[in-house]
Amino acid sequence: MEIVYVYTKKRSEFGRQCNFSDKPAELHVDILPDPSLTDNFIDRDPCDVAIQCTQEMSEHEVNTERFDCEPCGINHVEGGWPKDVNSQEMEQTIRYRKKVEKDENYVNTLMQLGSHMEHCIRQNNTIDIYQEYFEEEEIVEEMEGQPSAKTVNVFRDPNEVKRTATSLSWHPDGSCKLAVAYSSMEFQKVTKDMSYDSYIWDLENTNKPEMTLKPVSPLVCLEYNPKDSHILIGGSYNGQIAYWDTRKGSQPVEMSAVEHSHRDPVYKVIWLQSKTGTDSFSASTDGQVLWWDIRKMSEPTERLVLDPSKKGNLDNALGAFSLEFETTMPTKFMVGTEQGVVVSCNRKAKTPAEKIVCTYSGHYGPIYALQRNPFFPKNFLTVADWTARIWSEDIRDSSIMWTKYHMAYLSDGCWSPARPSVFFTVKMDGTLDIWDFLFKQNDPTLSLKVCDEALYSLRVQDNGRFLGCGSQLGTATLLEISSGLCTLQKNEKALATAMFERETKREKILEACHREMRLKERSRSEQSKEDEAKDGEAEESAEELVACAEREFYEVVEAEMKKRGKDDKKEKEKYERKLGKTVSNENIFMFTDYLNTSSQEF
Amino acid sequence: MFCVKAEVEETLKRIQSQKGVQAIIIVNAEGIPVKTTLDNSSTVQYAGLIHQLVMKARSTVRDIDPQNDLTFLRVRSKKNEIMIAPDKDYFLIVIQNPTE
Repeated sequence: MEIVYVYTKKRSEFGRQCNFSDKPAELHVDILPDPSLTDNFIDRDPCDVAIQCTQEMSEHEVNTERFDCEPCGINHVEGGWPKDVNSQEMEQTIRYRKKVEKDENYVNTLMQLGSHMEHCIRQNNTIDIYQEYFEEEEIVEEMEGQPSAKTVNVFRDPNEVKRTATSLSWHPDGSCKLAVAYSSMEFQKVTKDMSYDSYIWDLENTNKPEMTLKPVSPLVCLEYNPKDSHILIGGSYNGQIAYWDTRKGSQPVEMSAVEHSHRDPVYKVIWLQSKTGTDSFSASTDGQVLWWDIRKMSEPTERLVLDPSKKGNLDNALGAFSLEFETTMPTKFMVGTEQGVVVSCNRKAKTPAEKIVCTYSGHYGPIYALQRNPFFPKNFLTVADWTARIWSEDIRDSSIMWTKYHMAYLSDGCWSPARPSVFFTVKMDGTLDIWDFLFKQNDPTLSLKVCDEALYSLRVQDNGRFLGCGSQLGTATLLEISSGLCTLQKNEKALATAMFERETKREKILEACHREMRLKERSRSEQSKEDEAKDGEAEESAEELVACAEREFYEVVEAEMKKRGKDDKKEKEKYERKLGKTVSNENIFMFTDYLNTSSQEF
Repeated sequence: MFCVKAEVEETLKRIQSQKGVQAIIIVNAEGIPVKTTLDNSSTVQYAGLIHQLVMKARSTVRDIDPQNDLTFLRVRSKKNEIMIAPDKDYFLIVIQNPTE
């Protein structure tokens, strides 16, 4: 809308001066708001408005006179000497000093300062203001009343067909991962759909394994390389050794050649201490211990046949079930065999005969676990049949300490890396036992039922606080034990040393006694050597012994059966009397069954 | 003069005989060690360093309160204690091992 104001002016009045006069206000234009215009606009919501609440300042520049600075250092040799005194000259300095000392001011000042100073010195001597009052009392850690262990996590085999978790290995740095090897150890139980995979679990995630390892044949044992945490080596059921690099995927990087591998499942593989960090050795029930360099897996670098007669005869060899290697003693290693014998070997021996140093026998079944005590390498733990035994290297004939015979087979065991007197064992009935032989020798300090099925493997983490056990159905359970069981107690090392020494001494004395007795007997038998018949009897051959044993056995069985028959008759008569009628012979079988079961119960 | 000097000597000897006293140094305002029981190099080191320390301590005390002034300075360390009695013209420095 145009705003127009019209006025007229006479031409003759152009150029005349203006006369101003007051006028009241006049409304010329009044533009009312037009609501229809609002349709052209929309409300802005929200509104971004920047507000600043600061001091308003202005910037000015001023040019000042230049001030020159120069950094320089001062070498202080000796300060303050007046210009006429040369500080190097002894005479001049002494003269100057003497002059100062004669100054009256000096004397007065010094008297005053001296008395003040003496006061302070005496103060210091009287009382030590920084004295520690309770210095000797160390903070005594409260031993929690009961040792305990609790399950933290359970990792189940994700496959349909469950396999046994035969071996566990902790990740070397920080132990945040657990590698578990799965295989079925039961004879000919491997079905077509049973998977061969083994898994690496991240401890936080129990739903899905972090990584799968796909071997050609199920893995029986698996170990992380302590020097390189990406490399794992595994021994498989068909006797081959394979190694994986976790950066390179699930397939093994290389596998050993079948012709040169073991002929039986590889039960244990351990990394060796070497500069390259690529050496390892493996043991299997085919009686061989093979050394491998993972860079060249086509054939083993060394081979040892566990023949106790030291002839390298494979037929005679003892099947190896477990291996032991301690990095502090790199030339020695020990093998636990199927026959219950521990063989101690020297790797650096020149001839194969010298490789086997000595044997320790005492177990009745295969030795499932063998480990040296991390604090006392001279003593080692073996777990086999129904007992766990502790041995000393010096005593060959028997162990120095042993547990009682349990109701279930012990399947694995290991020492605690944190405490020298604590070790763990797992049994076929699914219980985990924690033994502390400084606390209690007859029973485990703590016995926990981990699961209903048998436990097959056990591994303690390096800090001694967490341990993983693997069961028959492939469940790996992660347990945390109470701090009392994994922190070193005061005097523990001394007490453990004392105990080991005492037991070793006892065994030595027993051995000496036995030897003496044997010597006496031998000398006695030698004296009566004129009696040839007696001598012949003493040298019975193996077959005669077997026949004799068989005869005795059958005699005992017959005697027992006769006794049972008499008992049956008595029971039958008693029953008849009760029922008032004759009982047929079939019922006698029922009776005998009852008798059998009742006799087993005791 | 002689006897007055003897008094000074006596005072110093008394201080020296106190338990734990290891050394005594007297320094003047220019930093020159006037009297000392230590060897020369240590004396010079102490004199130079302690002089600066006392100046700083004094200026600190006076900055906080101009009416105030430094009367005594004690530096306690693991091995010993250095006690400094400052004055306008001279310092008396005593090194003592108090826990002996």
